[in-house]
Amino acid sequence: MPKQSSDSQELDIEFRNVTKRFENVVAVDDMSLSVERGAFFSFLGPSGCGKTTSLRLIAGFDQPSEGDVFISGKSVVGIPSHKRPVNMVFQQYALFPHMDVTDNIGYGLRQRNPKPGKQEIIKRVDETLEMVRLSGYGKRRVWELSGGQQQRVALARALINHPTCLLLDEPLAALDRKLRREMQIELQTLQRDVGITFILVTHDQEEALSMSDRICIMREGQIIQTGSPRELYDEPVDRYVADFVGRTNFFDGDVIDITASTATVKSMSGQIFVGSQPKGATALAKGSKACVAVRPEMIAIKAVNDASHSSNISINGQVMNRIFLGEHSEYLVATEGCGDVMVLSPRSTESMNRSFVPGDHVSISWGPEAALVIGNT
Amino acid sequence: MRIYAIAVFLFLYVPIGIIVLFSFNAGRHASELKGFSIQWYDKALSNPFVGDAFVTSLIVAFSVAILSSLMGTAAALALQRLKGTPKMLFDGLIYVSVMIPGIVIGIATLVALVTVFDFLNPLLASAWPEGSKPPKLHMGYASVIAAHTLFTMSLVIILVRARIAGMDRALIEASMDLYATPWRTFYQVTLPQIYPAILAGFLLSFTFSFDDFIISFFVAGANTTLPIYIFASIRRGITPEVNAIGTMVLVASLVLLLTAQFLLRKRTQR
Ligand SMILES: Nc1ncnc2c1ncn2[C@@H]1O[C@H](COP(=O)(O)OP(=O)(O)OP(=O)(O)O)[C@@H](O)[C@H]1O
Ligand SMILES: [Mg+2]
Repeated sequence: MPKQSSDSQELDIEFRNVTKRFENVVAVDDMSLSVERGAFFSFLGPSGCGKTTSLRLIAGFDQPSEGDVFISGKSVVGIPSHKRPVNMVFQQYALFPHMDVTDNIGYGLRQRNPKPGKQEIIKRVDETLEMVRLSGYGKRRVWELSGGQQQRVALARALINHPTCLLLDEPLAALDRKLRREMQIELQTLQRDVGITFILVTHDQEEALSMSDRICIMREGQIIQTGSPRELYDEPVDRYVADFVGRTNFFDGDVIDITASTATVKSMSGQIFVGSQPKGATALAKGSKACVAVRPEMIAIKAVNDASHSSNISINGQVMNRIFLGEHSEYLVATEGCGDVMVLSPRSTESMNRSFVPGDHVSISWGPEAALVIGNT
Repeated sequence: MRIYAIAVFLFLYVPIGIIVLFSFNAGRHASELKGFSIQWYDKALSNPFVGDAFVTSLIVAFSVAILSSLMGTAAALALQRLKGTPKMLFDGLIYVSVMIPGIVIGIATLVALVTVFDFLNPLLASAWPEGSKPPKLHMGYASVIAAHTLFTMSLVIILVRARIAGMDRALIEASMDLYATPWRTFYQVTLPQIYPAILAGFLLSFTFSFDDFIISFFVAGANTTLPIYIFASIRRGITPEVNAIGTMVLVASLVLLLTAQFLLRKRTQR
C-alpha cells in the first residue's frame, strides 16, 4: 500500500521529519509541516536558513536525505521534478532566452503527453497572457521586457499548467520597491482568483506578513514557529520570532513568579514587569532568564506626574528623538534603568494630549496585557 | 621599441604577403613580377594531384570535425558532473593535451598504431577462414583522423565547457520543472544554449586538421593530404602554382577561423 499522508483531502504539501544534508551542512533539519490546499504559505527566515532548499525538495530538484515529502497525499520521494504536479517561479526568472514570450509560456503545455493541439496551446497562452496583463507581448523576446514584465512571464509560464501548487522563490527580490508593492497585490489577487496553493520564499518580513495566510519562520534549517501573521505578531514563541516579525522592545530579567497564564519578571535594575506567556511557547521556570517583549504601538507616552494609570507598568524617561511619520510619531525614550525604548504614538492621542520634543521628561506605560514574557534565546 | 615591433610584424607577414603577391604573378619565376594573372590558380585547380590531395584533406578534415565535435560535446557534458579530484585531474589532462606539440602526437600515434597493428594483424590472419584474404590493418584515413581527433577533441571540450559554465543552471531546472524529460531538456534548452561553442569547435577542428602537416606526415600512410602534397612539390622547387594553393588555403582558413571567433563572441542568442 502506498504511503498516505494523514489527511489527503485537505493537505497539499506535507513534510514529515525531512532532513536534507549537503556534504557537511544540514540545510533542512528534521522539518515537519503541512500546507493546506489553496493556502498562501510563506517560508520566512534569514539568508542561508534553508528556505530555498525546502522549496527545491518540493519541486524535486533535490531529494531529502531523510524523511518524507507528500504532494496531494502521495509520497514524492524519488520522483523527478518533471513528473511532479508543481511549478516554480525562479528568483532570476530563468526564462528561456532563445524563445519568445509565447514559446516560453507554452513550454510546459508542449511537454505534455498527449500534447495539446496547436490551436489549444495558442488559445491558452493568450488567456494566460491576458491574466498577467501582457496581451500583445507574445512575440517579444524575453530580454526586451522589463523586470516586472519578465516576472509576469515567469508567473504565466508556471500558472498555465494549472499546477496543484505554485512555488515562488523570492520572486520579487529583483524588483524595485514600488513595483514590488504592486506585484505583491497582484500576486495576492491572482492567488485568490486561480485558487491554487502558493508557497512563497522570502526574507522580507513585511512581504510575508502582508501576503500570506500562514507563515513558517525558519532558522538554521529548523522551523521556529508556524502560524497566521497575526499569531506570529501577537504570540511569538521566542525572542527570535518577536525580533524578526515587526519591531519590539525587549527588557531582560529573571522570572520571579509564575501563574497559570502570567509571569513576573524582575530586571537587573529592579523594575518589575508582568506579562502573559504566549501560547505554544515552552513554559518558563521560576528563576530562569526571560525577556519581556512590548510592541512600540502598545506603549502610551505621557507627561511625568500625569497619574492616570494604576495597574499599568510605568517607567520614567527622557525623550531622545522624535520622528514624525504622518499618521503617527515615533519616539525614542531613554529610561531610568531599562535602556532605550521605542514608542509609536498615534496622531489621535497626540492631539488629545500634547506631543513631546527631545529633552522632555515623560512617563511611558503599558498594561500587562500588552507585554509578553518569552524565553531568552 | 616601435622599430622592434615593426620588424616582428614584417617578419611575420612579409613572407605571407609575398606568397599571395606572386600567386598572381604572370611570370614563371619568383625573381620578377610580370603583371597580373590568375593562370596559376587555373593550373593548380586543374592539376589532378592537387585535386586528389584536396579531396583527401577535405575527407579527413570533415571526419575529424564531426567526430571531435560529437565526442568533445559528449565529454564536456559528462565532465560537467564531475567534482573534486577527478574533475581537477581531467581538466588538467585536457589542457595538457592541447599543449602537446604536434610532433609528439605524430610520433606517439605512429608508435602506438604500429605496435597495435603488428599485434593484431597475425591474429586476424590466423582467425580468418582459409582461402579468403585476411584484412590487413595499415596506416590510412583512419589513422590520420584518429590522430587529429585526439588533439581537436580537447579543443572542443574546452570551448563547450566554457559555454556550459556560463550558462544559467536554473534554465535546465526550469525545463525539468515544466515537465520536460532529461532528453527533451537537452535538445530544447541545453543544445540551443551551447551550439555556438560546438559549431566554433567544429570549425576550429576542421581548420586544424586541414592545415596540419606534422601529424599527417607521420600517420597518413599512402594518403597525400594537401599540406603533404605542397611539402613534396616544394622539394622540387617553388612554383607559382604552390603560391596559388597556399593563398587559397590561407583564405579558407582565415574565413573559418573568423567565423569561429564570431560564434564564440556571440552571447546567448542576444
Ligand atoms: N547544493 C548545495 N551544496 C552544498 N550546500 C548547499 C547547497 N545548497 C544549499 N546549501 C547550503 O544549505 C544552506 C541553506 O541554503 P538555502 O539556499 O536553502 O538557503 P536560503 O534560506 O534559501 O538562503 P537565501 O535567503 O540566501 O536564499 C546554506 O548553508 C547553503 O550553503
Ligand atoms: Mg534562497
